[in-house]
Amino acid sequence: MFQFDSFHMYGVIGSAVIFGILLTQIIKRMQIKSIDNKDLVFEDKDFLPKKYLLGGTIFGLGWALTGACPGPMFALLGAGYYAILIPIIFAILGTLAYGLLKDKLPH
Amino acid sequence: MNNFLYEPWPWYVAGPLISLIMFALIIGGKTFGVSSNLRTICSACGAGKISGFFDFNWKAQTWNLVFIFGVLIGGYIANNFMTTDDSIALASATVDKLSAIGISSENQSYVPREIFDLSNNDNLILSILLLSIGGFLVGFGTRYAGGCTSGHAITGLSQLQVGSLIAVIGFFIGGLIVTHFIYPFIF
Repeated sequence: MFQFDSFHMYGVIGSAVIFGILLTQIIKRMQIKSIDNKDLVFEDKDFLPKKYLLGGTIFGLGWALTGACPGPMFALLGAGYYAILIPIIFAILGTLAYGLLKDKLPH
Repeated sequence: MNNFLYEPWPWYVAGPLISLIMFALIIGGKTFGVSSNLRTICSACGAGKISGFFDFNWKAQTWNLVFIFGVLIGGYIANNFMTTDDSIALASATVDKLSAIGISSENQSYVPREIFDLSNNDNLILSILLLSIGGFLVGFGTRYAGGCTSGHAITGLSQLQVGSLIAVIGFFIGGLIVTHFIYPFIF
């Protein structure tokens, strides 16, 4: 995807977003409730550009290095590509490291 | 019609299916975001004792652990019952670029053997470094950003959240840096 030679990943994410926007609008405008009859409220995220940009970039580095984001990691594991256990374990460690360091990081 | 199921699903099927999953989770009173499971796992293993970030009622997030277990099962079913040929159809320009840096298993396997096949690997130390450092960055970055591609790129953008757009821009910056500056350097 990052070589810009293939449309596939852009197609997947792009169509998911377009469809997702549509479905979210349907929920909002038709005021659809959850299956246990509660109101569905979408809260706006706080505007924290440093957190999103820095965190996002760090994730992006890892995403391109391993070729997987968290969801596909578990799909690959189920599919039998057991080397993915290394990224999974280290992702958990990375999350742990963030929890320990977060108060020292810009948000 | 039969063959369609067994070949890689096109983007216009995969994409909308993903948003339908998001829709189903929202209607179920939940949300579509995989990376929070990493935090839940830390918490379930007792990390709440060493960091306030993990000190929360992780059991309320069990539904999401069930979700990734489902993802795992889905991967199993897809690979074992619905895949006749697990090679991946990369663009030929990408194939050429990968060959130039020593990755040649494009049409033979789903993941590049040079990195993922640990039993028969010329670059074992490099592969393990890539997988572990990459994994660490994924775990660190997703919690820092508060989400990964499912939470920000799909769910967040579907809700037109500006924060998610910034996160996604970050994802791309990181991905491009590795692909164009780091990969050619290490291979």
